[in-house]
Amino acid sequence: MLGDSDIAAIVLTLKLASVTTLLLLFIGTPIAWWLARTRSPWKGAIGAVVALPIVLPPTVIGFYLLVAMGPNGPVGQLTQSLGLGVLPFTFSGLVVASVFYSMPFVVQPIQNAFEAIGEWPLEAAATLRASPLDTFFSVVLPLARPGYLTASVLGFAHTVGEFGVVLMIGGNIPDKTRVVSVQIYDHVEAMEYGQAHWLAAIMVAFSFVVLLLLYTLNPTGRRR
Amino acid sequence: MNSGNASGIRARFRIDYSGFLLDVDLDLPGRGVTALFGHSGSGKTTLLRAIAGLEPAPGGRLAVNGEVWQDEAVFRPTWQRPLGYVFQEASLFPHLSVQANLQYGQTRVPAAARRVSLDQAVALLDIGHLLGRKPARLSGGERQRVGIARALATSPRLLLMDEPLAALDHALKQEILPYLERLHDELDIPVLYVSHAPDEVARLADHIVVMEGGHAVANGPLTDTLARLDLPIKLGEDVGVVLDAVVTARDEEWHLAHMDFPGGHLWVRDQGLPVGHPARVRILARDVSLARAPVTGTSILNTLPAIVVDSVADAHPALTLVKLRVGESLLLARLTLRSAHALELTPGQLLYAQIKAVALLG
Repeated sequence: MLGDSDIAAIVLTLKLASVTTLLLLFIGTPIAWWLARTRSPWKGAIGAVVALPIVLPPTVIGFYLLVAMGPNGPVGQLTQSLGLGVLPFTFSGLVVASVFYSMPFVVQPIQNAFEAIGEWPLEAAATLRASPLDTFFSVVLPLARPGYLTASVLGFAHTVGEFGVVLMIGGNIPDKTRVVSVQIYDHVEAMEYGQAHWLAAIMVAFSFVVLLLLYTLNPTGRRR
Repeated sequence: MNSGNASGIRARFRIDYSGFLLDVDLDLPGRGVTALFGHSGSGKTTLLRAIAGLEPAPGGRLAVNGEVWQDEAVFRPTWQRPLGYVFQEASLFPHLSVQANLQYGQTRVPAAARRVSLDQAVALLDIGHLLGRKPARLSGGERQRVGIARALATSPRLLLMDEPLAALDHALKQEILPYLERLHDELDIPVLYVSHAPDEVARLADHIVVMEGGHAVANGPLTDTLARLDLPIKLGEDVGVVLDAVVTARDEEWHLAHMDFPGGHLWVRDQGLPVGHPARVRILARDVSLARAPVTGTSILNTLPAIVVDSVADAHPALTLVKLRVGESLLLARLTLRSAHALELTPGQLLYAQIKAVALLG
């Protein structure tokens, strides 16, 4: 059965994934909007940077974030000068890393949803006296709802599943940075296969339920 | 170059796309329906979009009934222009019910500026039974009616319609046209109506701007402009005139209506219009033949004495287009050149125009 440290790891994982997803929905929306609407020559480059975590090994992202956020890195210098200390091996550090790591899984579905809306609803709203901001909230967001649902589920699930980045940036500190995936690794290292099984099975069930929800709530071709 | 005209729409746009130049300088009436007529690619929709502010048009000027919407110093974005826009495909918001679609625009207009009530718009387009539905559950014609009502509910000072019937089949067009006519008769909102369909223009417009290659090649009252022999656009089989007439009598026995127009009268099929009702009739040039003396023993119902004004070569070398004066009105007739020779056609000559078909346009 699950021990106290297992429960703590599950709680920490859920907390990390929730905070990360919420942050990403806020940060990802303007990025997705810009990527969906811009004609700037920078579109390709920015889009590629956002998508990097899809192809890079998590250890590479973790390594660079560790260097950047460390005491001698640029981000680390900044956080220290602001009196925040250094981020690696803290929960905040994990959140920052997860935001980078899960960014494409949130930005891309939202961007696709924005692109699918097209030009006409924006023009129709403008002829009905809605300002651009008003249009965004009254037309774009409701029409992009399926994209937001996909983005939330994927962002959450992807953060739950991360391992390499966590290990690089967060280490393995109980209650602070030890998430489920690391906990499973520890169990296996310690030959505690029984406990590893429990947690692993929970992860499998969780992932299945998440994807099931995604496919039933958001069937393709429902729009219009 | 004063754009402060008290009434009327003054539009000056020069938009240079690669390969296409829209260059117009127009003075349009500030009331009634003005058709922007032309083939596809003539720039009529681009002009409408520029007037709406949907198409960026640096250097453009636009004043609507004395109010400057755009000039060197001012550019009001679309949402700050008191206009209504009806798109070719009814652009109803799919996530909102019909009622919420109608309210979307209306609630964004300050209460003091509301002159058309929601009930009025609903009644005018006859969509009361649709209010609870989602757009996906409407037919194409119903959707377009809701789109028109939604635009009206914002109490626009200018209504822009971009081929609102183009996406509909013939039967649905006939379903919508009466509503557009009601709009024209019951509301005092100037309308710019983009169309490439001569029958729509003949039926709805008071004024016409003919667009070709990004330029306005003709601009004038509908009846005068359609009767021009030098109209610089190929109408083909649709060449003809429109007359403003009034029903003066109805023949119960033969189901015919007697209609007076300035300079003459016609019998047309009775379509139930009461005596005294004004209506338009359209006479196509191909349905008018000419004779030197009144012909008896013919099935033709309407024969009008007409004076030859002028004639020009028509699109086909065998044909000629003749302009005739009937009282104060003008008619066009399409003849073969051979017939014109046989008639010894000369300006000032009195002939008898036999009219094979007259279309009553509601």
